[in-house]
Parts: sequence; C-alpha cells; structure tokens
Amino acid sequence: MSSIFILARMTFVQAIRRRIVLTGLLLGVCFLVVFSIGFHMINTSSLTSFTGTNSSGVQNIIDTERSSGLFLAGLYAVTFLAIAMAALLGADTMAGEINSGTIQVIVTKPILRSDVVFGKWLGFAGLLGLYLLLMEGGTVLSILVQSGYTAPHLLAGVVLIYFESLLVMTVAMLFSSRFSALATGGVVFGLYGLSFIGGWIEQIGAVLNSQTAVKVGILTSLIIPSESLWRRAAYEMQSPLSGLLGISPFGAASVPSLFMVAYAVVYLLVVLALTVRVFQKRDL
Amino acid sequence: MPPVPAIETNELRKEFGDNAAVKCLTLQIQQGEVFGFLGPNGAGKTTSIKMLVGLIKPTSGKASLLGAPLGDRSTRARIGFLPEHFRFQDWLTAREFLTLHGQLFGMHSRRLSGRVDELLERVGLDGFRDRHLSTFSKGMLQRIGLAQALLNQPALVFLDEPTSGLDPVGRILVRDIIHELRAEGTCVFLNSHLLSEIEVTCDRVAFISHGEVIRLLELASLNTGQITAVLRVKGLIPETISGLSTWAQQVQQEGDRLTLTIQNESVLPEINRYLVEHGVAVFEISPKHISLEELFIETVGKEGGL
Repeated sequence: MSSIFILARMTFVQAIRRRIVLTGLLLGVCFLVVFSIGFHMINTSSLTSFTGTNSSGVQNIIDTERSSGLFLAGLYAVTFLAIAMAALLGADTMAGEINSGTIQVIVTKPILRSDVVFGKWLGFAGLLGLYLLLMEGGTVLSILVQSGYTAPHLLAGVVLIYFESLLVMTVAMLFSSRFSALATGGVVFGLYGLSFIGGWIEQIGAVLNSQTAVKVGILTSLIIPSESLWRRAAYEMQSPLSGLLGISPFGAASVPSLFMVAYAVVYLLVVLALTVRVFQKRDL
Repeated sequence: MPPVPAIETNELRKEFGDNAAVKCLTLQIQQGEVFGFLGPNGAGKTTSIKMLVGLIKPTSGKASLLGAPLGDRSTRARIGFLPEHFRFQDWLTAREFLTLHGQLFGMHSRRLSGRVDELLERVGLDGFRDRHLSTFSKGMLQRIGLAQALLNQPALVFLDEPTSGLDPVGRILVRDIIHELRAEGTCVFLNSHLLSEIEVTCDRVAFISHGEVIRLLELASLNTGQITAVLRVKGLIPETISGLSTWAQQVQQEGDRLTLTIQNESVLPEINRYLVEHGVAVFEISPKHISLEELFIETVGKEGGL
C-alpha cells in the first residue's frame, strides 16, 4: 500500500476518533433542522400573503425567487461552516504534530516528506467532501421536498464550493508547516476576511459602476481567490431573474470569470507545492 | 573489504542561529556495536541523533548510515528510532499503532501481524493490545515506542533516552532487549545520561560536551588499571597486615576497615585465604572499580552542561 494512502487513512481515522467528525455532524444536523424549519415558516406564511394575486405566473416567479434566495442563503452558511472546518483542520495538522513530536516517528520511516503532506491533504479532502455532501445535500433536499425547487447548475456550484474549502485548507496547511497552529488560524481567517471584504467592494463597485472598486476587489481575489469561488458558485446557481436584478446578499453582481476559477486551481497547486517545499526544508 | 560501518560521521555540525548545538562530530561505529552517547543536558546528544535520522539538516559535514548517505530513503527501512520526547497517535490502540508504523516501514501484512504480536509480548504489553494509547502511562508509552523502533528488525537502532520514563523493572527490560539486539548483530546507538545504564549495556562510549566528543572509551578497558578493595575484618594483628604487602601496593587501616590498593581483583581470593589462615574473621571484601560516573565527572567537569 502506498504510504500516501496509509497516511490519508490515518488522517481520516484520526478525525473520526477525535470526534471532529461527530461534532461537525451534530452541528450540521442542528443547522439543517433550523434551516428546514425556517424555510418551512417563510414558505407557508408568504404563500398565504400572496393568495390575493390571481396570476399564477407571477406567483410562480415569486415562489422561485424566494426559494432561490433562501437556498443561496443556506448554502452561504454551509460554505462558511465548511471553510471554518477546513481552516481549523489545516491549521492544526502540521503544526500540531510538529509541536507534539508525533511527526518524528513518521518522517523517519522510509517515506518521503511529501507523502506526509499529500496523505494528510487527501484525508482532509475526503472529510470535507463528506461534510459538504451531507450539508449541501441536506439543504438541497430540504428545499426540494418543501417547495419542489432545484437550483440550476447545482453540480457546478457544489463543486466550486468544495474547491473553495480545499483552497482554504491548503493555505492553512502551508502556514501550519512553518508557524504555530494559533498563528496559522489567525493568518487564514485574516486572509478569508480580506477576500470577503474584497468581494463586497467588487460587488458594490460593479453596481455603482466604479471601475476602481472592482479592480481593488479583483486584486484581493488574486491574494486569495476563495471568495471569488463562492461568488462564481452563487452565480451558477442563482435564478435567472435575480441574475438580471443585480446585487443581492448571496448572489453575484460582478461575476468572477472562468479565468479567475482557473487562477484558483493554479493557486491551490502552487500552495500545495510550497507546503511540500517548506515541510521538506524544515528541521523537525 | 572491511564491512561498512553502521555509522560514520565526518565533522558534522549544526548551528541554530549563532549557537552551534553540535560543533564537530566525527565518529565511526561498527555494525553490531552497542554505542553509548553520554553527556550532560544540552550537550548536543539529541541534536546529533536528529541529524543522523534525518529530522534536521546538518549545517556542514558529512555522514553515512550503513554505507548510504544521510537521508537515503531505502536505508531508513533498516533503521529504528525511538525519539526522546515521544508522543504517539494516542487515538490508536497498541496494535493499531504498531500496525500503522509497520505499514510505514513498508512491511507486508502477514509478516507484520506476527511481528506486532511478538513485540507486544516482548515489551510486556500483550495484555493491553486493544487499549488506546491515550490510557497508557509514560512507561507503557516508552515500551510501545521501543516496540515501534524494532518492528522492521533494524540493522541499526537509535534510542534517545529509552529508559527516562521507566521504573526499575522497565529498565531491566530495556537492558535485556539491548543485550538481545547485540546478540543478533544489531548496532545500537544509545543516548543517555543514566551512566549506570550505559555501563552495563555498552561496548564503547563517547563523552560529549558543548557539542563535541571529548573522549572515546572502550568500556572493557575501564577496569584494567589499579583498583582499590575495601575489607571489613576482625582480629588483625600488625604482623598479618605487613604480610599483605605480597599482593597490595598500599595498605591503610582504620579500625575494622582495611583499604588495599591492588593490581587487579584476581588476587582477592588469595588475600582472603591468607587472612582466614591467620585467624582473621572476614566480613566483607568489596573491590572498588572506577565507575563511569567518576570518569564522567572527571572528564566533563562538575558544572556539566551549564
């Protein structure tokens, strides 16, 4: 068996045994319950308030827009939870094991140091995938069952969000290979905040037709393209009408281009390669 | 062609910032040898081991293990390592832990499973095989760590303070295991500041202080020089005492205590017979070897690593 897969499995089992998965699942189920109840209440109360309208066409549009808006709001929260999980897993894994010395009996085995990085990365990628599958699947199902609504380009959106969580996890692993878990957590959340604000500046700039603001937004996306991935995902999954209306809290007014998505792919690969390099050079 | 040395280092040096933790380490250790690395705290023992097992990169100098340069991956399959501040994956059971590390050594599952059971029994943990390491005491962790270092039946084992967490029974276990390893032809590199432990297990020792080897010593030669023997006796008369000069270069008497300086301890039975024949009651004869401890203090100085 390849040492990368041995280490990936170890990482996976570790997350299960240390109750990280259990905690994530419990909180995730809580979220889904609250979200479903909330959706149910909004759905039924607005149905009654619009009974006066007799045009079923208008009613349909309103229903779709409401479901779409709530769906994206739900996914936005799920994305945030996944990113927090990705940042914490990535921040602890290298620094934690270097600090405790656990890593010493691993890297002295006949394996490459890069195997350790790739193994952990794969293990966490599996975990995040399962987590997002449950959370996004739950959100989609809850809305589908209650209102019959499904968002367009669901697969593309879900993949982009998964990719965003992988990007944050990889950045966290890079810093974690050099700095303490706490410092890494600070840096990663700081970067996430930067990209969040940058994204908003870009959106508002687009609505107000300020090219400078849009450029500032794009520039922060180059520093860390995580928020761009969310906005591209939201763009893919939004209803056609809200796409026309422009700004909404969970939609995308200024749409990151496919070029930005490609940039994010390269970005992730470069960060992963840097992680390997930093870890190879490091005295343990 | 002579066999390749297990460890060969040439002016190995490691600096951390301005501070040289290891200044100049030049050693040659043969296969099958049990080698003790002795020094006060902060002398550079652990840094030296870490360089040899590839955890840290030397600033300069060269070294090879089993004939291959440092960091050679396939050579690591023949090396075992127990780190000083061992912390293991404590969410695994003892069996799972050893299985994981055996897999990392690249061992095949059939051979591994037998080896895991064998080692759990050898380190006295066979009753705990399905217990999580998080419930283990420090001594138990040290035992499982030792088992981990021996999984691959290594040709060379690095043990960094292997008995620091162990009670006397555990220490005897480690000592016995080292004796077995020597019998099997395994080279053991033992870091310790427990001198008595080094004294009973090692063939050779290096004293290290401030990052340099200051003395290399064959332990077999330690007790070949002059020794003193202390005797507790009753019924001595001056004539008997003067007769002792046949064997002893120096004789000192204080009440019932006699201190003799003799060439080697093989003359002690004759001295005993002589005293008994002259009506002296002998209660105790104890030869005093120069202990490694005395030698250590003499070499490294009383201030140690401070």
